[in-house]
Amino acid sequence: MSSAETQVKEESVNTMHGCILYVEGVTVSFDGFKALDDLNVYIDDGELRCIIGPNGAGKTTMMDVVTGKTRPDRGTVFFGQNHDLTEMTEYEIAHLGIGRKFQKPTVFQNHTVFENLELAFHTNKNVWMSLTKSLTGEQREKTDEVLETIGLVNQMNLRAGLLSHGQKQWLEIGMLLVQDPRLLLIDEPVAGMTHQETEATVELLKSLAGKHSVVVVEHEMDFIRSIANRVTVLHEGRVLADGKMEDVQNDPKVIEVYLGS
Amino acid sequence: MLKQISQLHSLRGWIATLSLLGIAIVVIPSLNIFLPQESFFHVPDYIVSLFGKYLCYAMVALAVDLIWGYTGILSLGHGVFFSIGGYAMGMYLMRSIGKEGVYKSDLPDFMVFLDWKELPWYWYGFDNFSFTLLVILILPGLFAFIFGFFAFRSRIKGVYFAIITQAMTFALMLLFFRNNTGFGGNNGLTDFKRILGYSLHEPSTKMGLYVITATLLFLSYVLCRYVVKSKLGRVLTAIRDAESRVMFSGYNTLHYKLFVWTLSACLCGIAGALYVPQVGIINPSEMQPSNSIEMAIWVAVGGRASLGGAFLGAGVVNGAKSWFTVAAPDYWLYFLGSLFIVVTLYFPKGLIGIFTRFSPAEKTKEISR
Repeated sequence: MSSAETQVKEESVNTMHGCILYVEGVTVSFDGFKALDDLNVYIDDGELRCIIGPNGAGKTTMMDVVTGKTRPDRGTVFFGQNHDLTEMTEYEIAHLGIGRKFQKPTVFQNHTVFENLELAFHTNKNVWMSLTKSLTGEQREKTDEVLETIGLVNQMNLRAGLLSHGQKQWLEIGMLLVQDPRLLLIDEPVAGMTHQETEATVELLKSLAGKHSVVVVEHEMDFIRSIANRVTVLHEGRVLADGKMEDVQNDPKVIEVYLGS
Repeated sequence: MLKQISQLHSLRGWIATLSLLGIAIVVIPSLNIFLPQESFFHVPDYIVSLFGKYLCYAMVALAVDLIWGYTGILSLGHGVFFSIGGYAMGMYLMRSIGKEGVYKSDLPDFMVFLDWKELPWYWYGFDNFSFTLLVILILPGLFAFIFGFFAFRSRIKGVYFAIITQAMTFALMLLFFRNNTGFGGNNGLTDFKRILGYSLHEPSTKMGLYVITATLLFLSYVLCRYVVKSKLGRVLTAIRDAESRVMFSGYNTLHYKLFVWTLSACLCGIAGALYVPQVGIINPSEMQPSNSIEMAIWVAVGGRASLGGAFLGAGVVNGAKSWFTVAAPDYWLYFLGSLFIVVTLYFPKGLIGIFTRFSPAEKTKEISR
């Protein structure tokens, strides 16, 4: 098997100006309700960014727009300087290098843990390749590494539906890792996790930043504090405040709509 | 390639599969040909024909299982693909009657009856067997591809897709019922005399057709097994369980659905083509909505997402049907309905689930935590 066949054509993402994601002037409305209202968010290459906000602030809608699930009424979303995401389908965006973890853990329940990772693995994903090729030795090693990272080595042949909630969350993160994305969008990664699991997740996400850009959406304030990075607060589809956690925490506007409640 | 195929089953699995093939193409024909008729073990000709028919149904069940059991797309219109294959074969058989029809004309009898003077253009080529084979292999798939492209591109799913396929089969049935459509109206195509020069009334021809059907069924099984055991098969079940996750993992699910939908239609078309010379008739009632629903019931009863289950379901339901329609014809539909309800409620994995529940492989998958 020639390696050229299994290799994926790498799309170049132009991050010359240091930014990997440009969300500019995005408006999304559902039946007149503006889920996003002229939203502007910029994510730096390699950054770990937290996005918080009360329910209905537009956090998940923003992720939907970036991953192609929802089309904005107005505005542009650029990945690097050269890819307009509003023109692309979900799978094209995924191929370009944007991975997404859903709020509710979505893994393939009837596949084993290993098969889940196999399916997510970054490789040529057309019909013919899937029919005729399986993982190469090198790809298997990478998969084993990821199994180690997410602590599911002993469960690799277990049906994913039988994992605990926290393990499913981790498996889904593992699926993102083998997908090898430039940008990870992670929706509520620690929901339903125990304290120890949460701490381990924080460590994992921190270790990912730098190599990847990571955007985390979360309610859990302790979790955000422990990541202690740049925070963006959304409210009613707009950016309410943006900056270091300490500054944002003391911002009276933020206290009023979110932290104070 | 051969190595890959040998890995499709464990040794035990292959022994079981090949024994079934052996029974179908060696034991049953031998019992039919070599034993005297009064022997207890003699398999009479009509049983061979009946089995031939069941094998065609089993192929349909494989096709429905691929698209419904594995990919989660319920089709209630597979009767259409079956009929397209069947009609193509029927047209060849009509053309090979020659001038031996009731009206001693070169045209098929129903055309003479309608006072048509010449063959419609879409009947050209069907006096050629190779051309007919080509049509059988391509046309059901092509039709499915076009239909599927528009349906899947519009992201039509679940019950909506099922209803549309049901409407499709109903519409085509009405079209084929018309005399002017040129396929014999409600009588369909029948009174076949021979295939490739062999008389269809000879037991030896029937036996030949039966053996060919069994062999092709085996090959279809190996093909389906290859598909579902490949990574593509795992993508298909992933689409069934969590399609959006598959898309966000970078798969174009449209292509995957189209592939399996078209493959399924092709298998169904081949089954239809094998069915027609063995039963001697094809008419629009094959496209009745209830026929396509029955195909889905075979798979539900046997066990979705299990190729063995598809076989079992097609065999059990049709075996019961053959018995009931003789013994108690009025109760057949009640029985079918109750069977469907009981299996759905108490055996969600179908009849095959009763066996696999105790298989060692499944057990380790469930318990090894």
